[in-house]
Amino acid sequence: MGGYVQNTNNVVPVILKSTRDGFGRALVELGAMNANVVALTADLSESTRVEEFAARFPERFFDVGVAEQNLMGVSAGLALSGKIPFAASYGVFSPGRNWDQLRVSVCYSNANVKIVSSHAGLMVGPDGATHQALEDIAITRVLPNMTVVVPCDFLESTKATHALADFSGPAYLRLCREPCIALTDESTPFSIGKANVMQLGSDVTIIGCGPILQEAIKAADLLRRDSISVELINLHTIKPIDVETLTASVKKTGCVVTVEDHQIIGGMGSAVAESLVKNFPVPIEFIGMQDSFGESGKPQELLEKYGMTAHWITRAVRQVIARKRMVSN
Amino acid sequence: MASISLDELYLKANEIRGDVIKMLLTAGSGHSAGPLGMADVFTALYFHILRIDPHNPNWEDRDRLVLSNGHICPVLYATLAHAGFFPKEELQTLRKIDSRLQGHPKIGDPPGVEVSAGPLGQGISQAIGMALAGKLDNKDHRVYCLMSDGEHDEGQTWEAILFAHKMKLHNLTVIIDRNNIQIDGLTEDVMPLEKLSAKYESFGWHVLEIDGHNMEAIVNACREATSVFGKPTVIIANTIPGKGVDFMQWKPEWHGKPPNKQEAKEALHQLRTLNGRIRAEHE
Repeated sequence: MGGYVQNTNNVVPVILKSTRDGFGRALVELGAMNANVVALTADLSESTRVEEFAARFPERFFDVGVAEQNLMGVSAGLALSGKIPFAASYGVFSPGRNWDQLRVSVCYSNANVKIVSSHAGLMVGPDGATHQALEDIAITRVLPNMTVVVPCDFLESTKATHALADFSGPAYLRLCREPCIALTDESTPFSIGKANVMQLGSDVTIIGCGPILQEAIKAADLLRRDSISVELINLHTIKPIDVETLTASVKKTGCVVTVEDHQIIGGMGSAVAESLVKNFPVPIEFIGMQDSFGESGKPQELLEKYGMTAHWITRAVRQVIARKRMVSN
Repeated sequence: MASISLDELYLKANEIRGDVIKMLLTAGSGHSAGPLGMADVFTALYFHILRIDPHNPNWEDRDRLVLSNGHICPVLYATLAHAGFFPKEELQTLRKIDSRLQGHPKIGDPPGVEVSAGPLGQGISQAIGMALAGKLDNKDHRVYCLMSDGEHDEGQTWEAILFAHKMKLHNLTVIIDRNNIQIDGLTEDVMPLEKLSAKYESFGWHVLEIDGHNMEAIVNACREATSVFGKPTVIIANTIPGKGVDFMQWKPEWHGKPPNKQEAKEALHQLRTLNGRIRAEHE
């Protein structure tokens, strides 16, 4: 099997830090390393964590005001002149509001723009449905030339940010506001397009991305008590998708549950399904937003109400295993 | 190329108009009025103003010309070919399968095309990004952005106008093709833009307004823009849509269609004879 396999016996200390914080730290490191790295935001420098970069490298920081279409276009122009722009906003605004600019100014030209969105998913909580980006993976991964990355914790976010700067081409980095527990450590490898197997198992493959993976880990622990063996995959790169690791895992387990804080239509689960249906079709259950808008509430309350917490995942696992048995009988 | 005379510029512009007509006839689709109306501005820029090297299209220190209203690309392609960026024979592949000459331009196809363009309002933001990069790198090249008037209906255009002023982009010149037409009719009927010059002035830009068919005026305005400091310049070029072909001039219906064989023949005759004022060589 390809991919990295983490020793599940490792005790990872609980550190609550957000993926946006990881991006902010890495951006400053990049700024010090490479004079061509520039940062832009649309009136959201503090909450997207580009603030520190702006303070350290003011001449390489541009605030375009509340103007996301211009944000994307100016970033494209900078990239076409050899700069490495990181354009940061909220997912609902960028790529939500400036998708046409992303499509033509950035992707069609294969411009080296890194689109960074914070506040993705239902986990934004009290701000409500207008600010909960639940469609961004779908609308970015559909674009040719695009790379789509969703880090699951602070450290993975720093590694992902560095990795995006290391290649030329459009990329989307999806970040969350909420502090979350560390699921990786310094030694966990990160390579774009290479999924990380977090836990080996034989009965079902759970595939997830982003901080919601912590719910998948909890689910795997609950299922272990019932002697259900879960293989857990952190699919941090949605595009290009790691066909090899996914296929190798489902050949062993024969069924899949996907977990994402995103619409199930067009998101990570859809990407997994598209890949597997071609290579090794198996029953799949999809955890995520079931084609509805969110609402205000605490993140955990919302995840519970909309069916994304650990016990919902365990239910989906039992369903998909039952379907697998029906198919094989 | 700075030694070219004004008369030679006018003749070159008419040759380019002729190629535009031939390209559109062969393609069987495309826009007629806009490319003809902007032929003089394109000619002045590529044969007198721009610091470019057709043999080194990605030269770092080149001036950038960003065409924002991509639909007038036949005149960009024809001008690039005449300037030596690629062979003129390729012009007849416009809009055909496997051609580099797309119906709306794609960056680098052919060499000299600086941005992909089609959806309106996107060029000016990219031009601003290029101008910012130039300032960061202490380069002295300029960035020119050619826009349509109808494009000013787009919100992005005004986002960009605000931002260029904020960044004091004296290395940016926007040239507006003020031909007063858009697809649904006259701009002042579809979405009034006047007074456009006053709008730009109030946004803090240096504003020039010229006859877009007067080579001397185009050249002088572009020169004046280089001497402005601390703010971007906009040149509102009043142009005649379909310029050079009498039955296309001022007709919104020629915005988005090509000539048929008979119309193309008549158009080429008018262009070769300067509408009957001179005798064409082959006649």
